Amino acid sequence: MAGESPVPVQGGAHVAVVTAPIDVAALIARVQDDGVGAIATFLGTVREHNDGRAVTGIDYEAYEPMASRELERVATEVTERWPGVRVAVEHRVGTLRVRDASVAIACAHARRAPAMDAMRHCIEELKVRVPIWKREHYADGTREWVDPTRPAVTA
Amino acid sequence: MSSVPVLLFASYADAFGGRTIDVPIRPPCTVSELVDAMRAMAGGDRLPAQPLVAVNHAYAAPDLLIRDGDEVALIPPVAGG
Repeated sequence: MAGESPVPVQGGAHVAVVTAPIDVAALIARVQDDGVGAIATFLGTVREHNDGRAVTGIDYEAYEPMASRELERVATEVTERWPGVRVAVEHRVGTLRVRDASVAIACAHARRAPAMDAMRHCIEELKVRVPIWKREHYADGTREWVDPTRPAVTA
Repeated sequence: MSSVPVLLFASYADAFGGRTIDVPIRPPCTVSELVDAMRAMAGGDRLPAQPLVAVNHAYAAPDLLIRDGDEVALIPPVAGG
């Protein structure tokens, strides 16, 4: 188990809902610091299929400013639970194509365990709390809002 | 005021046919009273048993009191990431 950093890493968080492609290098730079020894990153990307249906793209819609507020709450919880962690989260909205990144997370800490645990916590909480929705475009021309509370139906 | 404006998103906007609707109920009212009033409206039959409601950008308990001027939103099952 990682111990405390001999040089405490300054805490802090950056969250944003963006329309332009996410600049992952810039996101990582936000959490980088001389005391950082590990940066855990996560990218969520648009894949070409879901529940057996061919997906050509996804519309992401957010309720702003609540989405940013809820992201801030998640980031604050993370910095309280893993002291010293530096957090940056951006979620993209608008119409994305297959392979595009919809969400990017970077968590930095002196040690890898808190960095990775914090990153995992961020994405899991984001997916159940942050008011963002996606409408998948299917190869047959139809579009549907994704409802994670509905049991998956395999075609 | 004899109605509460409610913001709608994603599948709920489709269900009620708009991005915002005026729900005919007089504030102050509870979140659950608001939801009950929405069920009686066209499209309200498509709401789940206990839809999430946000008041002033935070999730609200069913017994929270909605006051005139609050920003109220009905939150469909979230699907970010």
